[in-house]
Amino acid sequence: MPLLELSGVQARYGALQALHGINLTVDEGEIVAVLGANGAGKTTTLRAVSGTVKTNGNIVFGGERIGGHGPEAVAREGIAHVPEGRGTFADLTVRENLRLGAHVRPRGKAKADYDRVLRRFPILAERQRQAAGTLSGGEQQQLALARALMQRPKLLLLDEPSLGLAPRVVAEIFRTVAELNEEDGLSVLVVEQNANLALETSSRAYVLEVGRVAVAGTSAELRRHESVRRSYLGY
Amino acid sequence: MVFAADWAGFAQQVVGGLASGGIYAMLALALVLIYRSTGVVNFAQGEMAMFTTFLAWALVQHGVGYWGAVALTVLIAFAGGIALERVIIRPVERAPALTIAIVTLGLFFLLNGAAFWIWSPEQKYLRSAFSTRPVEIAGVQISIQDLGVIAVAVAAATLLAVLFRFTKVGLAMRAVVANPDSSRLLGIRVGWMLALGWGLAAALGSVAGLLTASPSFDQSFMQPVLLYAFAGAILGGIDSALGAVVGSLLLGVFLNVVTSLDTLGLGWTIDNDLRLPAALAVILLVLLIRPSGLFGTAQVTRA
Repeated sequence: MPLLELSGVQARYGALQALHGINLTVDEGEIVAVLGANGAGKTTTLRAVSGTVKTNGNIVFGGERIGGHGPEAVAREGIAHVPEGRGTFADLTVRENLRLGAHVRPRGKAKADYDRVLRRFPILAERQRQAAGTLSGGEQQQLALARALMQRPKLLLLDEPSLGLAPRVVAEIFRTVAELNEEDGLSVLVVEQNANLALETSSRAYVLEVGRVAVAGTSAELRRHESVRRSYLGY
Repeated sequence: MVFAADWAGFAQQVVGGLASGGIYAMLALALVLIYRSTGVVNFAQGEMAMFTTFLAWALVQHGVGYWGAVALTVLIAFAGGIALERVIIRPVERAPALTIAIVTLGLFFLLNGAAFWIWSPEQKYLRSAFSTRPVEIAGVQISIQDLGVIAVAVAAATLLAVLFRFTKVGLAMRAVVANPDSSRLLGIRVGWMLALGWGLAAALGSVAGLLTASPSFDQSFMQPVLLYAFAGAILGGIDSALGAVVGSLLLGVFLNVVTSLDTLGLGWTIDNDLRLPAALAVILLVLLIRPSGLFGTAQVTRA
């Protein structure tokens, strides 16, 4: 049984239908990438899972139907969503941002997680008392990732982690995601414009076109796929 | 001789000003709490405090001891604030600020009307929390009441600061104000945090009401206090909690000093009847010269 399963998921923003029946699965311990052009519905797919957009169709997570659950409930069920633009609290300190990540965790469990997360992101340990808004873009993305880990999620939703970052920094972020996946078995559903990097890191991928899955397969297959190569990989 | 100043009298006025400023500060903190989460000034904040003060009076009339009535009133105010947010504000939570402001204005008239309907319009008498007996400190006669009020205001502000800085729920409340959407993704129950803000504001206001009520009060007794609190909050910066406290204390002292200049041997002073206009002048001046106040965030909008 997959960890996450979307079947026939539709979503709309007012009159605009963004998803026309998405079918997608993420297995436990897997990194799955979602590719596609702007407006293809990538972000909306993540938002459908985290409950930040109203949906029709079935969303099952860990054997339970979560479609229609609000974001507060979904977060408590073990899904962490790092949204577009990272969603860190600029005026709060790094430490406070991380503490907020542990909001749904039982009291007393957060301390060990905090130390663990700081070991993974040593730069954040140095900046604990700084306001998050003073961090560089790459550090903020690390903070967003670290804060999501404080939730101890079973599934991480990652929206465009490369946005606005230098290639070297992006590569580092993806390396970290791969490590989290290998070492801790974290399952990840990642939306990414940088298709090359996304296909290198993921085991499977979906290509969305105007709110539907156009191509799906293992990442190795998609890298050889003629039209995917031409449209998204650029060779 | 101009400097035949009565310094003891002056010091007394300053302490008295700090005491009234402390009351304004509590109501101003309540205003800031709600302003930061809704973007509007809660016009009903004073009437909420008026209503809970009547409740305290009614409890005492029914034989509850003064301190028991005070504790119960603060608890009822807290619960009532939460209920008001859930029932009246929540339906308009995403509406434009003007809509929310009009709703709080409606709440003002609702509470005012209800208080007249339930309780007669005659003056009510409630004992003071503190003795009005003066004590002498460094040659200055200061009333215990003034010192008590200052202590309560300091304690309330400190408790609030501790709540927001050091507790999980306080941190979550700050996160909700900063970014409700991100907060939801972390599993924070945004609606309840907003309601909690209203509960705290109502509780703070109820304390301000009780401290203002003695020796006597009626249905309109909190209306000038709301204006002073508003002036204090504007002076300090309407989105700053620290500003609300500092601004209100400054305003309290300022008003007391300008209405007692004669004690400084100036031979004239501003009439006490002009207290309220003086406070309104402060609002006007701050908005003209420095709209963000002493500690507020300047609003910068791209043309």
